[in-house]
Amino acid sequence: MSFGPHLLLACLEGLVTAAVLSLTALGLSLVFGVMRIVNVAHGEFFMLGAVLAWWAASLAGGDPVIGFLLALVISPLIVGAIALLSERLVLRRLHYNPEATIVATIGLLYILQQAALSLYGPEARPVPAPFNVRIVLPWFGYSGYKLFVIAASASLLVATWLVLTRTRIGLVMRATQYDRETAQAFGIPVDRVYGGVFALGAMLAAVAAVLIVPIQQAHYLMGRDPLLLSFIVVIIGGLGSLRGTLIAALLIGLSDGVISMFFSPTLAKMIATLAVALVLVFRPQGLFGTAQR
Amino acid sequence: MSNTRDKAGFANSRISRRTAIKGLGAVAALGTAPGYVRYAGAQTSEPIRIGFQAHKTGIGAAYGRWYEKTTMAAVKLINDAGGINGRPVEIITEDDGTDPARGAEVVAKLATQHKCDLVYGTLFSHVVTGSAPVAGELKVPYFVVSEGYHVASGKLNRWCLQPGITDVRSQVTSVAPWMAGNLGKKVTMIFPDYAFGYDHRDYLPPALKAQGAEVLAQIAIPPTETSFTKYLPQIPSDTEVLYHVMVGPAVLTFVKELGEFYGSSGPQLFGFIDSLEAVDINSPGLEFLDGSHFWEGSPRYAQENDSDAQKAYRAAVGIDDNGASLQDPKDISTAAHMFGCWETLYVIKQAMEACDYKSTDDRAKLVEATEAMTEMKEGPEHPQGDKIFNGKIHQAFGHQNISKLEGGKLKVVHRTSIEDGQYEPQADYTTTPL
Repeated sequence: MSFGPHLLLACLEGLVTAAVLSLTALGLSLVFGVMRIVNVAHGEFFMLGAVLAWWAASLAGGDPVIGFLLALVISPLIVGAIALLSERLVLRRLHYNPEATIVATIGLLYILQQAALSLYGPEARPVPAPFNVRIVLPWFGYSGYKLFVIAASASLLVATWLVLTRTRIGLVMRATQYDRETAQAFGIPVDRVYGGVFALGAMLAAVAAVLIVPIQQAHYLMGRDPLLLSFIVVIIGGLGSLRGTLIAALLIGLSDGVISMFFSPTLAKMIATLAVALVLVFRPQGLFGTAQR
Repeated sequence: MSNTRDKAGFANSRISRRTAIKGLGAVAALGTAPGYVRYAGAQTSEPIRIGFQAHKTGIGAAYGRWYEKTTMAAVKLINDAGGINGRPVEIITEDDGTDPARGAEVVAKLATQHKCDLVYGTLFSHVVTGSAPVAGELKVPYFVVSEGYHVASGKLNRWCLQPGITDVRSQVTSVAPWMAGNLGKKVTMIFPDYAFGYDHRDYLPPALKAQGAEVLAQIAIPPTETSFTKYLPQIPSDTEVLYHVMVGPAVLTFVKELGEFYGSSGPQLFGFIDSLEAVDINSPGLEFLDGSHFWEGSPRYAQENDSDAQKAYRAAVGIDDNGASLQDPKDISTAAHMFGCWETLYVIKQAMEACDYKSTDDRAKLVEATEAMTEMKEGPEHPQGDKIFNGKIHQAFGHQNISKLEGGKLKVVHRTSIEDGQYEPQADYTTTPL
């Protein structure tokens, strides 16, 4: 295959990675930005989203479109509820202490993972894509669904951005992020905002998983990679910065696609990790983050 | 209120299993405690304890579950028929998380804490390689069902044996002539980037070369990879046969992306069923595999010419004609590999009877008795077919099946002879002292 088509394929693959990654990382970034919590269990919310998508799809019976739409609604809702519950039962009782919540979310990670293993099983299970269109290019074929994933993620990101910048809920969240105590003094129910943000973060991961699961499969260990990549993205972009997260996700996704296609996937991971190290050394607050107040 | 009760019930069921294991450990500890006097004669009726190193969690969990089912089915039959040397067989299962470090701990725990007579049942090659030194150190027989070449290569130690399943080198050597003769002579290989994949990488090319075929490219894929489209442009366009062997949960993605990439104009496919063990061959996205060929250790689907032994084995393990669980047709077995557990347990039985195995003091005798085995006849104890055991390299050799995927089922189109898979042994474990 000549260079042009090869590059095109690399970029398409990179964009799919970036699309899903930006949704997942946005969830992590939001939770950190507003609550100052490092949520190690974030990848497991992603996994739960995928597993529930499989459940919803099998609930819907044969029709993949209905199954997919059902998954798109049910899965984030249930994951959000689980997140809200764990926030109320665990994180709030630790008073959002940064060290304690890291340990608690590690515990949560194992609980969710082993629960999935016990209730769902060790198999990787496929979810049918809502449509199977193979886009035929002169050099290779490409999945139409993957293009849909890119578009769907982009619109979800825009929607999240609108919520954060244009609505009252977003305003409340931003106020809490900016200064918790002042927000509280102005009558913002910080406690409820925390619960909502934690649930929203988990729901974003779940939506990303619903989108990706017809490409990959639902498996109880699938949460690890998205977690690591999300951390990489969030650190490079700047914790709590929406714009930084998006740009870093694009950067990591595209470079992963291109480098792993032309060189090797291991090199792509190495470069991403190196980038994290360099960012931490030279710009600890991230490319677009603001220094800790 | 009901909520609390539910919780208690959940906790209880969790604890009871733990308690059971702890209880076993406690009993084992009690037996060795000073002042504890065993009464004479108890030794003969004491069960033979086989430690089962199981992949209950981690990447090998689907395999582990079916290895356990097969093991329990075989042990039930053995016990119903009077056990081994008149003693019942007891399986003590420990989860290794499909992790080499934990695997080594599990072997040590089974050998010293549970006082098992031997350790058995490991599949994944990295766990075997990680656990083998401990087995050698503790001088406990380690019967693996792994199909990696590591046992036969001589890289492990005299306590590691693989009498119930053939190794990858033998498998690829025996299928290469059929591939070159029926599918094409220009082959590109896709394999996982670790030990198991390297056995394929190293031994398929010479076997193909001997048939006048060649390997155009070798594409190693990290075992944790989840997306494959990026590797597909590396497949040379004049490839006639795409040889794929993958493990792990991402294989469906691999096939799907292959289908999207090639459409209807791709090369011939030859795969190792390892890719699709425990996966329904009729899953959405696998349509692209229709008409392609697979290696199978033991056929997943019941075949027309199945022997009575094969039928009895399938019934005992509890799989239907499609290789799925009798209870749940969606629960697909790992049929191509799990027969190895069954056959290994019968080899252990035969060897223990041959050396009149009495206690853990006879562990060395058990290894020697296994080494002395040569032929294993097809029958209820060896339902996959007859085998030849090479005591020097601790490895069994047997028949391989090549199946074609047609109409949603795998049909065996060729069965290799034992000779097809023979190679010159490169080691001799019997020269090292026990």
